[in-house]
Amino acid sequence: MGNKYRYIGKPMPRRDAEEIVTGAVQYLDDLKFQNLLHGKVLRSPYAHALIKKIDKSKAEVLPGVKAVLTWEDIPDWRGGTPRKVPVLDKKVRYVGDAVALVAATTEEIAEEALDLIEVDYKVLPAALDMDSALKPGAPLVYDEFPGNIIPGGTIVFGPNCLKGVVRGDVDKGFAEADVIAEGAFGYENIPNALPPESVGAVALWEEPNKVTVWSTSQAPYMDKITLFHVFNRQVEVRSIGNHVGGSFGTKIMCWQVQAYAVLLSRATGRPVKCMFTKEEHMAAFTLRVGSRIHARVGMKKDGTLTAIQGTWYVDTGYYSFTTQAQVAVGSGELMIMAQCPNWDLKNLVVATNRNASGSTRGFGGQELKCSFIPLLCLAMGKAGLDPFEVLKKNFVKPGGGYFWRDGNWYQYRGIDYSRAMDKGAEQFGWKEKWKGWLTPTSVNGAKRTGIGVGVHGNADVGEDAAEAYVQLDYNGTATIFLCAAEHGTGQKSNYAKMVAEVLQIPPDRISMTPADSLVTPFEFGPVGSRGTYAIGSAVINAAEDAKRKLFEFAAPKLDADLQDLETADGVVFVKGHPEKSLKWRALGNDRTILGFGRFEPDFTLCNCMMSFVEVEVDTETGKVTLLRVVLATDVGQIIDPQGLEGQLNGCIGSAGIDSAIFEETIINPSSGHILNANLIDYKWRTFAELPAMEHVVLETPIPTHRFHAVGVGEVATSPGPSAVLMAVSNAVGSWLHEYPVTPQRVLKALGKMGNAATGGTR
Amino acid sequence: MAASKEDRIAREAAELRRVGFTVNGQYHRFNVGGEAGEISPTHTLSHTLRETLGLTGTKVSCDQGACGCCAVIMDGKAVLSCKVLTIECDGKTITTIEGLRDPKTGALDPLQQSFIDHTAFQCGFCTPGMIVTARAFLNETPHPSEEEVKEALSGNFCRCISHYQVIKAVMSVVEKGHEHGQ
Repeated sequence: MGNKYRYIGKPMPRRDAEEIVTGAVQYLDDLKFQNLLHGKVLRSPYAHALIKKIDKSKAEVLPGVKAVLTWEDIPDWRGGTPRKVPVLDKKVRYVGDAVALVAATTEEIAEEALDLIEVDYKVLPAALDMDSALKPGAPLVYDEFPGNIIPGGTIVFGPNCLKGVVRGDVDKGFAEADVIAEGAFGYENIPNALPPESVGAVALWEEPNKVTVWSTSQAPYMDKITLFHVFNRQVEVRSIGNHVGGSFGTKIMCWQVQAYAVLLSRATGRPVKCMFTKEEHMAAFTLRVGSRIHARVGMKKDGTLTAIQGTWYVDTGYYSFTTQAQVAVGSGELMIMAQCPNWDLKNLVVATNRNASGSTRGFGGQELKCSFIPLLCLAMGKAGLDPFEVLKKNFVKPGGGYFWRDGNWYQYRGIDYSRAMDKGAEQFGWKEKWKGWLTPTSVNGAKRTGIGVGVHGNADVGEDAAEAYVQLDYNGTATIFLCAAEHGTGQKSNYAKMVAEVLQIPPDRISMTPADSLVTPFEFGPVGSRGTYAIGSAVINAAEDAKRKLFEFAAPKLDADLQDLETADGVVFVKGHPEKSLKWRALGNDRTILGFGRFEPDFTLCNCMMSFVEVEVDTETGKVTLLRVVLATDVGQIIDPQGLEGQLNGCIGSAGIDSAIFEETIINPSSGHILNANLIDYKWRTFAELPAMEHVVLETPIPTHRFHAVGVGEVATSPGPSAVLMAVSNAVGSWLHEYPVTPQRVLKALGKMGNAATGGTR
Repeated sequence: MAASKEDRIAREAAELRRVGFTVNGQYHRFNVGGEAGEISPTHTLSHTLRETLGLTGTKVSCDQGACGCCAVIMDGKAVLSCKVLTIECDGKTITTIEGLRDPKTGALDPLQQSFIDHTAFQCGFCTPGMIVTARAFLNETPHPSEEEVKEALSGNFCRCISHYQVIKAVMSVVEKGHEHGQ
């Protein structure tokens, strides 16, 4: 590749690298505050109950306790979509729901105080899963939502927010089909994205109605806006972001823990820190939404889709904040992957008495696709078609289109990803390995290998507005004002790289403000792979604006036209006449130049990720081993090769591919308790079992970005789980339709579970 | 006489209620108790390092000994500081991530430099634990195979899946060690 850039695409140490490897980076829990109090949450042992009475008198007199708050002590602050979920309520709706808040001088005292709070519950019948919640006469999670159906749509995406896909004529489509497949398929095991840093917040309330919040959020500016609404639009919120110890989408919504800290600070007048323990993080914070479809699909013999019809059931847990948004985005993502003229895909957001669902890497699309692709596999199996060819054929091409989250139709104007898919298949050896449906690639005694493929793409890359300032200083340096918290992707380094490229000064001459909503303009947050395209464009626009203003200043002094000027290394010069130049120093000590940049949402572009996987199944033990993963994508232009490699490797973690092999959150079906809310019982991949990992990354310039790039970080996980299910089904010669493919499920598919269940007798 | 015996017992009792250990070359001595500035018998080493000594480079994730984020080197071995009580550390020598730099020159440990060179982190929260674990391991096993490195790091949780780059970073140090005949 003839990279013509000075910095873009070149490997470069991350700006925070030395701080990270020396332990100097400060995450929320590392910050020091004067007079800090510690907040703790008393949590419900019941999945559904009314609080008849709370006696907090013993807790309040414990030395060191500064505040104990229950639903009776706080304003009627509410979150959720719609905004109906009280911060504390007289009713609890899942095991772990907040009952009371305590602030004390130490964590130990706060914990001791929790034990002294006496709560009298009236236990109610619970709806612990979608089947129970949808039954006639089921216990209601909220009186406001009859039938436990939460209204679709979110005001954030506008009045016509996508609530399902209806298009064309499905009857006609099914009539044209050569094969039709039908059934119910799910991705319901709610794997946990599980960043190592738990969620938390520190709040400092100032009279009368002002609060500053430091938190683990990956989207600090949005916290200011979310909390403003949660707090009845009466509190002025300043939000400060820090280094984030992993997010995977989960930390865009920390409103509850932030509200706890704010309420406790309001009650005590001191800064209060609430950090969730790992157990709380795993059992009381948001999880991936549960997804199930009842649907049918029609297909022609050549792989052309003719009709998709059915209902997508989404288990959101006890409330929803982002679920409707995930449904809207996920539906659009299915259309990107499955170009089909006839649709009737409804959806239903169901409330249940388990913890809330929230944003997670894959944001609706992963959940829907992991449910939909197994259905598609049945159709492809019936038609005897190669899944790679069918997925490639049906992915959106230039000129194709889709509904996106606002309910509008967008015509795709990006690149054709078929070339990347073909390269990926070639690298993987798909054609040689593919032996047909339910046929292993190889058999070696008890061990059989199988292959699978999945695909995903989203138009999130251009989602939401972003704003930034870039300030130029006389000493040849620049400062980026951006409300971005570094959450692991290295994007803050990339923004410096982009500005460096625009201004032609080395990245180490560029500094960045902390993420602080008081100082920086609006920014939505690095979600949906929008960091490169959306945020990057805002930063680039700000740098271009600053450069223009610099030239306006320099032009009369150089007696030149604006368009004839260029700048490099802190010097403005006339193109072709480098001797006619002016140092930025000429700005003088008493002047700075401030550029403003904004990105407007653009849904006409999407990214693409295809995953190829090879698994080995031990037919004696049922163990599934992931042997090899090949990811294929086209990024337009690589900004940072090592950061890109890291994000793509992430496909197996963060509730990605391994949610098809061993990762799951296990809930006691009768009590609603999560049984594996710790890092010992929740199974995660270790160094000792890493699969071979290969990336095929093409660079076909994306027309709309200044540096022709598009983000792909989020989508790395999404195609993997369904590919694994396909691969295991092929290896064992029988369909597996449940995640994860535990040894038990594999042995059941092999017809071997009878022996185990009856203690080995035949 | 009686008074001096009582004094001696009191002195010995107070002695017993003290714990002293070296962290990154500096000796620290604490009284054990429940007062401010004292080490509670319930305090874990990770708590003492972070909250009392201000060494927040040691991270706490699970606080249950499952993730390796809080690893420090104690008398040459990597230990999980969330699973060690501070009162058990009397007489021990501890190195945290802050102590890996050369104290005189400020030069980074070769592993730290290699992690930078290979961008062997993403969010970075697990990184101190990874580096410390790898350092203790390489001190004992300077010429490991890649498989041995993987095994040594298998208790370190990383959700970003920086594993591949971490292995490259560690193996690069191992290979350079070979070159220098260490």
